[in-house]
Amino acid sequence: MVSHKSHAPTKPKRGVPEGLWKRCPGCQATIFRKEAEKRLGVCPECDYHWYVSARQRVEQLLDEGTFEEWDAQLEPTDPLGFADRKPYHERLKSEQSRTGLREAAVTGTGMIRARRVAFGVTDSAFIMGSMGSVVGEKLTRLIERATEQNLPLIIISGSGGGARMHEGILSLMQMAKVSAALARYDKAGGLFISVLTNPTMGGVAASFASLGDVVFAEPKALIGFAGPRTIKATIRIELPKGFQTSEFLLEHGFIDRIVRRSDLKSEIARTIDYCGK
Amino acid sequence: MAGIIHRLAFERPIFELEARLEKLESSADSVVDAHDEIRRLRVELSRLKRKIYSELKPWETVQVARHPDRPMTTDYLELAFEEFVELHGDKAFSDDRAIRTGFAKLDQYKVMVIGHQKGKTLKERNACYFGCAHPEGYRKALSKMKLAAKYRIPVICLIDTPGAYPGIGAEERGQAQMIANNLFEMSRLPTPIICVVIGEGGSGGALGIGVGDRVAILEHAYYSVISPEGCAGILWKSGAYAEKAAEALKLTSKDLYRLGVVDDVIEEPLGGAHRDPHLMASRLKMYLLQQLRQLVDRPTDALLEARYQKFRAMGVFLEGGVPDGQPGETTTNDAAVTPSSDARR
Repeated sequence: MVSHKSHAPTKPKRGVPEGLWKRCPGCQATIFRKEAEKRLGVCPECDYHWYVSARQRVEQLLDEGTFEEWDAQLEPTDPLGFADRKPYHERLKSEQSRTGLREAAVTGTGMIRARRVAFGVTDSAFIMGSMGSVVGEKLTRLIERATEQNLPLIIISGSGGGARMHEGILSLMQMAKVSAALARYDKAGGLFISVLTNPTMGGVAASFASLGDVVFAEPKALIGFAGPRTIKATIRIELPKGFQTSEFLLEHGFIDRIVRRSDLKSEIARTIDYCGK
Repeated sequence: MAGIIHRLAFERPIFELEARLEKLESSADSVVDAHDEIRRLRVELSRLKRKIYSELKPWETVQVARHPDRPMTTDYLELAFEEFVELHGDKAFSDDRAIRTGFAKLDQYKVMVIGHQKGKTLKERNACYFGCAHPEGYRKALSKMKLAAKYRIPVICLIDTPGAYPGIGAEERGQAQMIANNLFEMSRLPTPIICVVIGEGGSGGALGIGVGDRVAILEHAYYSVISPEGCAGILWKSGAYAEKAAEALKLTSKDLYRLGVVDDVIEEPLGGAHRDPHLMASRLKMYLLQQLRQLVDRPTDALLEARYQKFRAMGVFLEGGVPDGQPGETTTNDAAVTPSSDARR
């Protein structure tokens, strides 16, 4: 629901081999790709946390070879017969081939420093990481299994799109569905660590992403309910600097900690230990 | 209700016919054979209203839902409920006027009403941000719902908002967090909740008081993931495509019922709720009483289990490319809806 410019890598300069260098969206410096990858997709110059895909998240956070994917067979369909400038079913196909993902969420189980967890991640490259029926269903099943198996739950949100417009009201209802599953998980005594990454907006921010027992955010991520453009169009004044960033949310009391990507794994493990899970 | 009569473009033939009828009626004394003509015009008028309102396009429905004379929460409080004891404030920041909360009586039932209010006069509209609530509004709603649950007083939510307010203060005070909290807590609130979309069901701002045992909608209200204008702006890159977006979003009561998102559609008076607020209020009251009778004595565990399963079943997707017979998981678009409301009860 919220429009937001994607942080897909910008085109390299002419004459530079494709993919060898990357321009940092934070400081505009040209960065050697290998160097950035070694730093988990964090700019060595300005500490900007670049986009990383759902698969890369799994690799970065879970112990090697421990991830077992759940519900990978779930696929989106087009319940409304939705078409804007492009029919939704075509958009799904092109997003699938572009990202190599069936949908915007990847869920499953794995180990974080030898602690077994239920793990979910949304990928902002797939229709802005927006939540439609499949994302809602995958996350709900993840939460229900975490409840049954008494596992800590980690969800990494990267969703600029909020609730997915192309599935209309059904997307909005996923917010209620996932939140209801979290309420049961909470009652069962589960520990939910929600990690907000750039961007986490709209219906995703207004449902599961904000419902963590502990909420972490990566530095300088865009996090909020209404998109900055919508707000600007409504109130017709310039938005303050740093508005809707992780630091803004920390200052206003809505997240527990800002955690750099390189510390994320150990911070998650430590929190699990504190909660005795 | 207001001094000025607001006319929607597609209602023009109705107003023209009404003008003719009125003229004829005022001169009827002098013209002997006008009676037959008057009778004919009256029949024609109700036929015309029925025709126009039964064929409303989605964008026209949105306009009816936004009609300035459309009855609001405060009208229903006056017309359908015996008493309203307003309870103000979220006990943390302020008293958001975009959501009204308080005890009310509906025949023999004591209830807690939570309702969006858009405002009638310009002054009131400004005070309630045209029905767009801030985080404190959602927090207030939740605290009153918890109060109700403590004494197992049923909660009635009347939804009528273009959306939650998009502003600096709203973000600073955690708009996303407060809506999320409401979804979480309403899903397990240990008292019956009946939600009715009475006008605009605008996105997360509507859902923030929209999780319940029953979700109903008035015939010409709408409920959508995003406003047609907002959707058009993002997907068509221009708000001018709002009409197209309204069609694509499947936001009318008929579509919502077909998709299994609403349990019931409450019929509006001929020509829309704004033409007969009294009749609309009595139909709403009848519906609420009917649902209360079903829900008040239900054991809390059964109530909450059914509420969970109701939302659990929402969504349409493929599982391994084949339908596996699970609720809400089918392959074809026509069949791809959640189980009927009867099955969910």
